[in-house]
Amino acid sequence: MPYVSNEEAKSAVQDRTDAQPAPGRLARLADSDIFHSFLRSKITVVAAFVTLVLFALALLAPWVAPHNPFDLASISILDARVPPVWMEYADPRFLLGTDDQGRDLLSGIFYGMRISLIVGFCSVFAAAAIGITLGLIAGYVGGRTDALIMRIADVQLTFPAILIALLIDGIANGIFGGLDRKVYAFYILIASLALSFWVQYARTVRGSTMVEKNKEYVQAARVIGIPSVIIMARHILPNVMGPVLVIATINLALAIVTEATLSFLGVGMPPTQPSLGTLIAVGNDFLYSGEWWIAIFPGLALALLVLNVNLLGDWLRDALNPKLR
Amino acid sequence: MIGFAARRLLQALIVMLVVALLAFTMFRFVGDPINQMVGIETSIEEREALRERLGLNDPVPIQFLRFAAKAARFDFGTSYQFRQPVSELFAKRIPATLELSFVSALFALLIGVPMGIYAGLNRHSPLSKLFLSVSLVGISLPTFFIGILLIFLFSVTLQWLPSFGRGETVQIGSWWTTGFLTVSGLKALILPSITLGLYQMTLIMRLIRAEMLEVIRTDYIKFARARGLPNRLVHFRHALKNTLVPVVTITGLQLGSIIAFATITETVFQWPGMGLMFLQAVQNVDIPIMSAYLILTAFLFVAINFIVDILYFFIDPRLRVGRP
Repeated sequence: MPYVSNEEAKSAVQDRTDAQPAPGRLARLADSDIFHSFLRSKITVVAAFVTLVLFALALLAPWVAPHNPFDLASISILDARVPPVWMEYADPRFLLGTDDQGRDLLSGIFYGMRISLIVGFCSVFAAAAIGITLGLIAGYVGGRTDALIMRIADVQLTFPAILIALLIDGIANGIFGGLDRKVYAFYILIASLALSFWVQYARTVRGSTMVEKNKEYVQAARVIGIPSVIIMARHILPNVMGPVLVIATINLALAIVTEATLSFLGVGMPPTQPSLGTLIAVGNDFLYSGEWWIAIFPGLALALLVLNVNLLGDWLRDALNPKLR
Repeated sequence: MIGFAARRLLQALIVMLVVALLAFTMFRFVGDPINQMVGIETSIEEREALRERLGLNDPVPIQFLRFAAKAARFDFGTSYQFRQPVSELFAKRIPATLELSFVSALFALLIGVPMGIYAGLNRHSPLSKLFLSVSLVGISLPTFFIGILLIFLFSVTLQWLPSFGRGETVQIGSWWTTGFLTVSGLKALILPSITLGLYQMTLIMRLIRAEMLEVIRTDYIKFARARGLPNRLVHFRHALKNTLVPVVTITGLQLGSIIAFATITETVFQWPGMGLMFLQAVQNVDIPIMSAYLILTAFLFVAINFIVDILYFFIDPRLRVGRP
């Protein structure tokens, strides 16, 4: 679990000042509460396994996919809209059939998942970076700065994330109107997702920062004249990261769904770099003519991915919640 | 109570002002409004004259005040793509969105609340476990994919229900059109409102279940049982009442997101509402429609939040005492 190893790493750094040598990280992980609670919940183990497999398939798409859907030389329009292998008129080369341009659907899903995951991870990191920075500043500095940041957060919280993302996309289209969408779609998508999701991080981090601020170690750091920026980044930040990781896991599922939705609505990834949402949007046009597989299979892949990440996030939230122990 | 309401109202006004400022910035600085209104053959002098006439050369604060005054009367000028007044376009499409949202919210409440009560009272029954698993899947399926699945099942395969549009509508009054009065209109409502309401339904169900589980453990319920009251009375008179407080808040807030998520559902089902129009505006950079939609939804959200805050006072008596 990346979460535990991070935490362990941090405490290992703190332990360095102690005289006693810390036990091995792996040994400590295997003995931790979190690892036991992980093994106790069978559904979580399954979810973690499925998530790992999906991540691996997406990451290794160029090596594990049976075809390369972006290699124009290898695709033929004659193979267009071939049904999955268990149906009539199928082609054994294409396990889940092909799309309207003759690209293998299974390979398309692997590559699409890769793009969905890249966008998801990047936007979660960007949202966390914005939210943590603003939350730290709001909590540590307080006063007017705090009031301003939190009022902005409040206003934004009244609007659903998807609307904000759509709006940012519309504005970006207006500003970069002259350019080709392909060039900026990826960055705009990440920016719009990050700007719609930062609030949660900011609120959580602000809350924990206000608690940490009054503890002795921070006061001691202040007394010996360490600059505020370093106190925030070095001393407070590691102690407020716990809840952030939970939010990030749950947010990853949300970011993937929102990205897919935006792409489906035609304002996300362009058809030349299709994410799962784009694939579903393309397939949607063929639903009525009986070629259901083009939309349904990418959709099922998306649902499977989101479901398992959600399960992991739910478990992590409960496992780290001291109230439920 | 009055002081609280006044403070809330002030906050709401500030939010609306901020949103108006945002919409104004968008309108004024994203692209050149003049370029959008005239053709290529218009000369520079004519453009300048139009700019002067529309007041685009005035100081920006004055322009903003003018914009806000017009926005308060819901006058957003002319749409770039349709060449029609934005207010007229919205008037035509608001009934479709509101009817869809209303039916979805009703569906979410009528199905979600009983499911939640059942799952809360019979925690270990197989049916409750089924409800929970279904709700987890419901939360994980993106709205648009639920719509696609429903269309595939009920429109394409079984051919029971229409997959797009509102069906036949009847005009009521000068501008409201309703799909409630014709068979095809009602049939057309079924799939979109299930699509839109499913997420809210699962949310309400999980919330009521969690609240029920918590309330059932409290002392006053144990005491009511000890008094020998029948289960029905304990569950519905005593327990349900206290689970409803958070449900009202969440339902109120979810009404706002139902209107927002209508954008997605309307796209899947080609539902002629304002969400579909907003999406087309985003794709075509039709700023007047975008800013009008922004202000209209902001107003709806702020109004709903305000009403929910006030409702709290009536539902939860604890808030009424001991408050300045």
